[in-house]
Amino acid sequence: MDWTALRLSLQLGSFTVLLLLPVGIWAGRRLAYRDFRGKGVVEALVALPLVLPPTVFGYYLLVGFGAASPIGQVWHSLFGRPLVFTFEGLLVASVIFNLPFAIQPMQRGFEAIPREVREAAACCGMSPWQALRRIELPLAWPGILTAMVLGFAHTLGEFGIVLMVGGSIPGETRTIAIAIYDRVQAFDDLAAAQMSALLLAISLVTIALTYGLSRRVGRRLG
Amino acid sequence: MSAGLLVRLHQDAPIPLAATFACAPGEMLALVGPSGSGKSTILRTIAGLYRPRNGAVSVEGDVWFESEAGVWLPAHRRRAGLVFQSYALFPHLTALDNVTAALGHLPRGERRARAGQLLELVHLAGLEGRRPAELSGGQQQRVAVARALGREPKVLLLDEPFSAVDKATRQKLYRELAAMRQRLSMPVVLVTHDLDEALMLADRLSLLHHGRTLQDGPPLQVIERPATLEAARLVGQRNLFDATVLEHQAPPGFTLLRWCGRVLEAERNPLYPVGASVSWMIPSSHLVLHRRDRPSRGEHENPVPGIITECLPLGESTSCALTVDGGADLSLAFSVPSHVAARNRLAPGERATVSLLASGIHLMPPDDTCPPVG
Repeated sequence: MDWTALRLSLQLGSFTVLLLLPVGIWAGRRLAYRDFRGKGVVEALVALPLVLPPTVFGYYLLVGFGAASPIGQVWHSLFGRPLVFTFEGLLVASVIFNLPFAIQPMQRGFEAIPREVREAAACCGMSPWQALRRIELPLAWPGILTAMVLGFAHTLGEFGIVLMVGGSIPGETRTIAIAIYDRVQAFDDLAAAQMSALLLAISLVTIALTYGLSRRVGRRLG
Repeated sequence: MSAGLLVRLHQDAPIPLAATFACAPGEMLALVGPSGSGKSTILRTIAGLYRPRNGAVSVEGDVWFESEAGVWLPAHRRRAGLVFQSYALFPHLTALDNVTAALGHLPRGERRARAGQLLELVHLAGLEGRRPAELSGGQQQRVAVARALGREPKVLLLDEPFSAVDKATRQKLYRELAAMRQRLSMPVVLVTHDLDEALMLADRLSLLHHGRTLQDGPPLQVIERPATLEAARLVGQRNLFDATVLEHQAPPGFTLLRWCGRVLEAERNPLYPVGASVSWMIPSSHLVLHRRDRPSRGEHENPVPGIITECLPLGESTSCALTVDGGADLSLAFSVPSHVAARNRLAPGERATVSLLASGIHLMPPDDTCPPVG
């Protein structure tokens, strides 16, 4: 069992979800409430990571983040470290490829709030910020929770993009999914089986948690 | 600056609007019109939920919207209480918390007590802990009213608040609203498509069509004295005809009309010159059926004989149509209590005579030209 890889994966998943939460709420809410020119294009772009082969996506990120790229150079001048083959680079890639998993359920969550209910919040004197906190977030909660759980579980299991952007540097970019592959390559079947079972268990727990919680929330709102 | 609510809206697209009206403190104004007449849009504009291109909304001198000056207050900064057609209660909050949500202007410690008082005012004491899904339609409407009043609004806006409840509940809510109104001192605007509702509850009625104010006045006056043919059709008047002005008798006499080969006595109205073509109408309530067995009051006024062409029993009353002798396609619509219809053996093909009460005959400009100014 590669505990370092597990810890790294849990860290990556947690940070990804933390970063996705405000991004997803902002983007999901905007897509749910507003009609604007090019909305269809934006929605298609958000969904792109769902269909793009991970290695292709990883390749473009590698090129885009590389030391020769403008983004890579700006990053290097700011933090004195490269973006690719580091934990930070992996985190940025992880946030990007998780966008559809975060934004889509949140968008559905906000869409489920009747327009009149949002308007009633304004008519009650709530500022947009108060309305978000007291009315919209509690009502969109099932969607937000689903988004977070999906993003977390998906981050734990992502393989292709992680390998392309991060490589397999122990303690830096070797996640548990990479470690499983690594152990299989080394004929260490026991470690591979243990880690696979652990990932399976984590996946089952997160799915059970999401379904259970969203059903409870659904019952509460009747 | 005038007291009360002043609204003036104008735009050509996307929703045509040309509405101007005022509503005094304590007055209830009904905005009435068919679906799509823009009445809900006007209400949403007052609340700050819709921004038209041109116009102004002010309440007690506070300007909420003035396109010329670029003034637009967002909804949460207007003190407007809005009861939505769907009530739009917060589904995750109890009745008490729904009302408390509108009390942000009060000190934190006072909010729950005030919310309790408001629920008591709408007869919901004891149901504070229920969520909207656990309340009946009528109870939800009451929570919505309490929540709208919670803001101590400068104007109370009601968007078809009775359309989602059954008839028995509606009658009860009418009485409650009528009773509560005596305690309310702000302008109240009621949107409805139901003329009876406006007649029952409102002090004044503003008739809207395609976003345009057609007529504004006391409800009974708008319904029985519409200014134009278009307004008459919108308020459901069916007895609309053309005639020529023959003579204006000296007061307190009549204005005489030539219609369908006979002379009609109508309420004196010298605004239309002798010889002018006019349209006229009579509400079906001002048609009196002559009884077969003995003469009844008002029989000498404008008797019109004809043949019954329609006789539809609709519960307690029967809706009838009489084709006038000498007027091939002129038909008078009226309704009588069903027992009267039975006693007088009203049936299609039977002869009957009705009197048109002169006080009910109302003159309008012909076609859709503008009414004369008195």
